[in-house]
Formats: sequence, C-alpha cells, structure tokens
Amino acid sequence: MATLYLQDIRKSFGPTQVLHGVSLDVADGEMIVIVGASGCGKSTLLRIVAGLETQTSGQVVIGGQDVSGLEPADRDVAMVFQNYALYPHMSVFGNMAYGLKIRGVPKAEIERRVKEAAELLGIGALLERRPRQLSGGQRQRVAMGRAIVREPKLFLFDEPLSNLDAKLRVQMRAEIRRLQRRLGVTSLFVTHDQVEAMTLGDRLVVMHGGHAAQIATPMEIWAKPADTYVAGFIGSPAMNFLRGTLSHGGVVATLPGGVSVPLPGRAGADGNEVLIGIRPEHLRPGVGGLSPVIELVEPLGSESVLHGRLPDGSPLTARLPGAVHPEGALALTLPPESLHVFDAGSGKRIEAVA
Amino acid sequence: MRKVHFKGIALPYLLLLPQLVITGLFFFWPAGMAVYQSFLREDAFGLSSQFVGWENYADVLSDPTWLESAARTGVFSVSVAVLALGVALFLAVQADKHIRGADTYKTLLIWPYAVAPALAAVLWLFMFHPNIGIFGRMLNALGIPWDYRLNGGQALTLVILASAWKQVSYNFIFFLAGLQSIPRAVLEAAAIDGASPMRRFWTVVFPLLSPTAFFLLVVNLVYAFFDTFGVIHSLTQGGPGKSTETLIYRVYTDGVMNLNLGSSAAQSVILMIIVVVLTAVQFRYVERKVHY
Ligand SMILES: Nc1ncnc2c1ncn2[C@@H]1O[C@H](COP(=O)(O)OP(=O)(O)OP(=O)(O)O)[C@@H](O)[C@H]1O
Ligand SMILES: [Mg+2]
Repeated sequence: MATLYLQDIRKSFGPTQVLHGVSLDVADGEMIVIVGASGCGKSTLLRIVAGLETQTSGQVVIGGQDVSGLEPADRDVAMVFQNYALYPHMSVFGNMAYGLKIRGVPKAEIERRVKEAAELLGIGALLERRPRQLSGGQRQRVAMGRAIVREPKLFLFDEPLSNLDAKLRVQMRAEIRRLQRRLGVTSLFVTHDQVEAMTLGDRLVVMHGGHAAQIATPMEIWAKPADTYVAGFIGSPAMNFLRGTLSHGGVVATLPGGVSVPLPGRAGADGNEVLIGIRPEHLRPGVGGLSPVIELVEPLGSESVLHGRLPDGSPLTARLPGAVHPEGALALTLPPESLHVFDAGSGKRIEAVA
Repeated sequence: MRKVHFKGIALPYLLLLPQLVITGLFFFWPAGMAVYQSFLREDAFGLSSQFVGWENYADVLSDPTWLESAARTGVFSVSVAVLALGVALFLAVQADKHIRGADTYKTLLIWPYAVAPALAAVLWLFMFHPNIGIFGRMLNALGIPWDYRLNGGQALTLVILASAWKQVSYNFIFFLAGLQSIPRAVLEAAAIDGASPMRRFWTVVFPLLSPTAFFLLVVNLVYAFFDTFGVIHSLTQGGPGKSTETLIYRVYTDGVMNLNLGSSAAQSVILMIIVVVLTAVQFRYVERKVHY
C-alpha cells in the first residue's frame, strides 16, 4: 500500500513521442482508471510505472521512493495483463506461489496466502490445474490471485477484462472493485471502455494523444469535461456539438441557422466562435430550440435514441423517454443549465460566468 | 490446409509414386537386404552363403570390441548432443534478445547446416592439424603435445567438436523459434514477480523450451549415431587404433573393408532398431507434451 506520484513522464520510441508529459498524484488506496482511445499511450504509461519500459524523462515515485531507475522486481508492484500471461507450465498454485517463492517467503506462509487468495477469488478447487485447463474467467481470477498474494504496494491492470464476454466482464468488474476496496491497494487500471472507467475509478485519467486530457472523478468528468475530446469520449451516446457565435454580451450563442441559444452565463466576448455541447439525454421536446429531422429511432425500452440532422446538415442525437417516436420533423429545446461551452479553436472548456 | 478431392484414384497414386519409388529404392530395399543378409554367413571367399539364424546377432552382441564401440558411441553421441544443444541454446538466447522477429536474418543463420560433413571435417582439419592447423600448431608451440593422429583421446575430442559444430546451427534455429514463441508478457510477469534474468531462464524459459529441447535431443542423438560417418571418415578413419570407431563406422569397416557382410548387416539392423526406438519415444513424448 502506497502513494504513487508521476512527474512529467515523457516517452519516445525512436523519433515518435508517445507520452508528452503526464503527471499524476495518486493517494494511498485510490483506484485510478486510465481511459482513452487505442494507441494513446495507456499501456506505455502503465509499463513505465511497472518498470517494463523506461521513460525518456520524468520520475516515478512509489510510496515516497523514487523508483525511476529500479528493475520491475525491485518496485514491489503486481500487474494483471490483458492476456493474463500465466505461466503455462505451472499449476494454478504454482502460478500464484511463484512470486512468493522468489521472495523467500516460508513454505507454510506461501500455502496459507495462496489458499486464502484462492478462496477469496473462488478458485480454491482449481489449485492443481494448469492454465490451459481453465476457462477465460478462471484464468482471469488466477491472474488476479497472482497479484493479490504478493501484497504489493501497487496493482497495475492493463485491460484485464477485455478478453471476457460481456456478462462476465460486468461481474468481474464489480469483483475487482470490491477486492480493491477490501484490500485497499493503490491501483492503476487501464481500459478503453468508458463504462468500465466510470464504474471502477475513484478518479479517471482521460488520455488523448499522449497527454492527460483530464484527471478528475467520474462525475466531474461527466459534468464538466475539460475539452471537446473528453466531452465526446465520456458518455453514450456521445455529446452533440453545435457551432455558434457569441452575441448579446457573450450570454447567447447564435447557431448557423439563426437560432439563438441562451447560455448559462457569459462565455466570452461577442463574436467569439464557440462549440456548444449538449448530451443527448439533456435535449427536451419543445419549441424554440432546434428543429432536426429524425431519420432513425432506436427504442431501448423505457427510452429511445433518436438520430437526426439539423437543417444545416449536421448530425444530432437525442435520448428521450418513451418507446414510440415518429420519424420526421421534431422540435427540441436546449436547457441552458445542461449546456457545455467550448472554445471553437482550442476545444477547451469555457466556464460560463453568471 | 485445403482439401483437394480427386476424381478416381489413378491420379493420386500417380502423384505419390515418385516418393514411394524413392523410399522403396533407397530405404526399404536396402533395409530389407540388410535384414536378409544379417541371417546369412558367407564363406571366406564370398562364394557361397548359408542361413545361420540369429548367430550373427549373437556374435556381434557378445563381441567385446563391439561392446567397446557401443560404449564409445554412447560417450560420443551424448557429448555431441550435449555440446551441440548447449552451445546452440546459449547462442539462441543471446540472439533472441536482439533479433525478435528478424526472419531473413534467422534463415541465413541456418546455412552452416548445409555444409557437407566432409567439408566440415576439412575445416576442422585445417584448424587442428598438428602441422598445418592454426590451433594445432599453437597448442604444440605452447608445449601441449597435440596430435590427434596419435592420441586417441584427442582424436575423439576433435570428432566430437567437429560433429557438434555442424549440428549447432540446426539446433539454434529451433531454439530461437522456441524462444520467440514464448509470449513476452509471460516473461514480463516473471520479471514483475521478482525473478532475476537467470531465474527467469531456469524457471520459465527452459521449462517452456523443454519440448523443443527433447525433440532436438533425439534428432541430435540420431545424427550422432548415423550422420557423423562423413566427419569421422574424413578426419580419423576411426583411428588411431579404434579410438574414434563408432558403431556406424564399424558397420562400414566390417562390411566394406573386411567384407564381413553378415556381421555388418546384423550391426546395421541393430542400429536401425535403436533409431526406431528413439523415434517412437519421441513421438509418444511429443504427442503427450507438446501443448501446454
Ligand atoms: N515498443 C514500441 N516501439 C515503438 N512504438 C511503440 C512501442 N510500444 C508502443 N508503441 C507505440 O506507442 C503508442 C502507444 O502505445 P500503447 O500500447 O501505450 O497504446 P494503448 O493506449 O495501450 O493502446 P491500446 O488501447 O490499443 O492498448 C502506439 O502508437 C504504439 O504504436
Ligand atoms: Mg494497451
């Protein structure tokens, strides 16, 4: 159990820079989820923390100790890999005991700890089996068990659930969260699944192109995304963006079609270009706002997702209660309190001042 | 693989025919002749032969010099196999660190395997000949009396070295392929679990390579038993004395030089049985053990 501190981690593979300075301060026992699109550097960051990859510059501090130059073996971290990386020639017991044996833990103690972890994970009956005799979910548990028995300072998870079927994934997700809470081990969890990210993390790191676009609690990220990338990445269906120009002292945005949208506050000087973000579930039926033509209705039971186009051709998605909606013209309003305003140039969030 | 369906059976058999003819002509026929001859004994002039049943076998197996050859072959084969495997494994591990995935490079490395045994022998001869070999002269200059033509121990060492050298590249390719098929994450997991590189090798890499190693062991033993004839023939002709006479070389001396065809045939049948047993063991083991 320990804190983790990353200071301005940069990493280049040859000429290509993959991480452009990521800093992160993780409290003891905290579960941090690193989420982002494929190729944005999540695994690289995790591997740098584990010591499997060496950063080009920056510092990794675990439990107050600078481990930047240390081998993985000396960092006292445990990692769960996407494909589990179990030792194929060892039994489940052997897999879980390996790290303890190396650290010279007495035999009786190893036995006790492995049994305990196996019970905790519900794989007590499988200890004699080889990995190839296990199902995917069981392998996943063994990989977890191998991490748990070590009682490390840090758990690192690299998309550990992505090889499981949907139902098992949900189940394991809850299980991992429960275990992590119970053991109180500081954890980094990499995923590209936003639901996994929202449900698992105490805080999220949304990565974008080698930067940490935003580091905050899931709700904060949902409620106040730092830029258009984060806004579009978190939330499903994704947030709608409408281009507009500020007027009336910066409290109203005028859309290309001439529609005026009142903002929750002043968002800048008149004439500034902004992007107005609104989540599909925040659009409400009613006149005086947008008038899209709905082309596709996806009923989800208690609610429906409506896909349509605005008169200027830009797409719009709405999520409305009720299962039955006609296609064709529709009138929607934009409640000012649910609007997000971003700078059209930089994509950064503009906090409206009342 | 794609399955092809032929109409009628003439074409498939026709296509198989060349292979069957070659196998028949160069394997089954000579092997059959050897078995047949092993039950015959020719008179001293080679004019007539008579059926003697198991007598040739009994003679061979009770001949103390044959048993000596057998023991020597054991030492020779195990030395060649261990040396060739050990060196190849060491080189493969070194190479694996640097050439993950460099396929063209890898295939180039197998070229030494294509060197003919006689050429390999000449190469070693040029290195270790007491008069014209670089190392041979160097050893003598250093005051170490080196002449494999007189010293049986040195002769055996030399044929072992030459034979092992020829097999290293073959083993190397297999070991390298074996090493590269070990998922990197497994090794990383072991590193995170705290295993030193040495420990990783002995507790993870080596066990995962063991099916490959076992396969190669059998291949190398068979090689040392049979394919080293050319090396021995070019370097030492089995001498000095009988110090480098292995079983296969003895089949040649008894049959071709001494024209003792019955005994020679019996010896080759015994060798054939040894290979069959080795191969059978290998198939059983590989079938059982190849998948983790
Ligand atoms: N060893 C390497 N050599 C060169 N480039 C690499 C190496 N490892 C990763 N990269 C590059 O670094 C970038 C980030 O890779 P990384 O594996 O961290 O992505 P990721 O966010 O984990 O993606 P995914 O969700 O697909 O796993 C990618 O563009 C990748 O091509
Ligand atoms: Mg990854």
